[in-house]
Amino acid sequence: MADLRRAYGAAPWHALLLAGCLAVTGWIALRLAGEASAGRMLLWFLGAVIAHDLVLFPVYASLDRVVRRAVDRGGNPSPLNHVRVPALGAGLLFLVYLPGILGLGDGTYVSATGLAPRAMLGRWLAVSGVLFAVSALIYAGRRFGRRAP
Amino acid sequence: MSAGPGPHDPPSAVPARLWRGLARHRPPGVDALDRAWRSPVRGPWLTSVLGAVLLATLPLVIVTGLLDWIAYGPRLDQAFPRDVGWLHPPVFDWPTRPAWLFRVTQGLHVTLGIVLVPVVLGKLWSVVPKLFDWPPARSAAQVLERLSLLLLVGGILFQTVTGLLNIQYAYLFGFDFYTAHWYGAWIFTAALVTHVAIKLPRLVSALRGPGFARTPLGRTGPEPADPDGLVARRPGPATMSRRGVLAMVGGGALLLAAVTVGQSVDALRRTALLLPRGRSIDDGPTGFPVNRSVAAAGVTPEQTGPGWRLTLRAGSRTAALDRARLLGMAQHTATLPIACVEGWSTAQTWTGVRLRDLAGLVGATDPATARVRSLERAGLFREAVLHGGQVTDPDALLALRVNGVDLSPDHGFPARIIVPALPGVHCTKWVAEIVFDG
Repeated sequence: MADLRRAYGAAPWHALLLAGCLAVTGWIALRLAGEASAGRMLLWFLGAVIAHDLVLFPVYASLDRVVRRAVDRGGNPSPLNHVRVPALGAGLLFLVYLPGILGLGDGTYVSATGLAPRAMLGRWLAVSGVLFAVSALIYAGRRFGRRAP
Repeated sequence: MSAGPGPHDPPSAVPARLWRGLARHRPPGVDALDRAWRSPVRGPWLTSVLGAVLLATLPLVIVTGLLDWIAYGPRLDQAFPRDVGWLHPPVFDWPTRPAWLFRVTQGLHVTLGIVLVPVVLGKLWSVVPKLFDWPPARSAAQVLERLSLLLLVGGILFQTVTGLLNIQYAYLFGFDFYTAHWYGAWIFTAALVTHVAIKLPRLVSALRGPGFARTPLGRTGPEPADPDGLVARRPGPATMSRRGVLAMVGGGALLLAAVTVGQSVDALRRTALLLPRGRSIDDGPTGFPVNRSVAAAGVTPEQTGPGWRLTLRAGSRTAALDRARLLGMAQHTATLPIACVEGWSTAQTWTGVRLRDLAGLVGATDPATARVRSLERAGLFREAVLHGGQVTDPDALLALRVNGVDLSPDHGFPARIIVPALPGVHCTKWVAEIVFDG
């Protein structure tokens, strides 16, 4: 048993568990293989991972480095997080409500709501502006509030 | 317990030559990347806190999703996808009480799915260096585990993206949403169960160890090197404390909640700033959101004019009633929510004839089902079957009026179904015929 465990690299229950997990996925893959849109589903499944790991993450990590270089000059308190937090908030809203913000709703939008899709870019910009403004106010409070005796 | 030895031990699994060779042949860039991970807050504690939050909340999203499928009525062959093989949860007749049941389960499913986005992104950020680890595996066990992680990460991202696009009516993906979201959920759930079973002891020991919930920025430093290799090898100075990271993730969740709950709460409707269901048609009594417009349904004024008749059937008995006759019957008024699978909902005051009174007109005193047909010719939901409990509930109505006025064409004039806790798509509009069975 110890040999088996060493050869495989983990305990037998680990192998059983993973066999179960992969069996569910394999069964679903076989079941969906006949669907005309199976290729598209696979593309979106793997594409979502690639879009997150190899696009979204590198992009936001690089932007963060740029912001750090531009902002972090050892101010006390540092303004860095007062840029990061509202930027992440605005980015999060953009990501989640992207179809609404860019007005991507198609014919289904019209039939479902009885309304024409309307790009809500202005609203998103306004909310983002508020986030940055509140963050700037808090920063100003922290920075200049300290000077009071 | 995790698979195999720590990240820096020599591999010993079979075939040893393969794993050793893989570990020795480091592709260019791997070492530079390994040194580039700077954040000192990455480590078992932060990952475990975020993991614990997801462990407590994701099961709710999964269960409410399954309940949604059951609410559609698999016993009446109305749940999508229809044929699900052995991935078949236990089913039951969806109850009519409490009347807010579907509003709450589906509202939770969609709202929680949205609110957890920053937690999922934070959790992925906390473990992202593992993706670029070299060697990618040191044993067959690690290869399988990595494969299951692809299903876990792909699963949660796929479910989130398809769900978000669906509720915003942007069908960019070009496949059937119900099929994809259903099977995606099972792939994700299987991978989640696997991941939790493997990692739960790690989570427990990290949370039992020294905590960082109160550590301020000034005293924030890296954790000791961990067996999973989450802690950066060459961490830079801290720019945010761990509690700061958690507050930021929590703040992101609150921000999303603030601009989402309005689609499910009438008084806050306008606060759903960026969602389709933050918009109302107008401020009048029939201005509440529409599920499918009369134009899209292709129902014409001629069909719903004075010539319209409601046909009732049970066995060999039939009856045809015009709107005046229906208005002459006993009218019942009930304030009931109408809730959509897309998570939005609204409560309105409906007036009309009880379905059980209509059944009585054709002698069906205790019907097993009622098949409701719309004037609509083409839509997926032009026909819906109600089970006996949904027909005989005292608040189950063929509504003729809403909020004291006649139904508007978009809300189903001349008559529509409204039943407590019934998914919105089964509250058939522009009703033409009801067939009682059994």
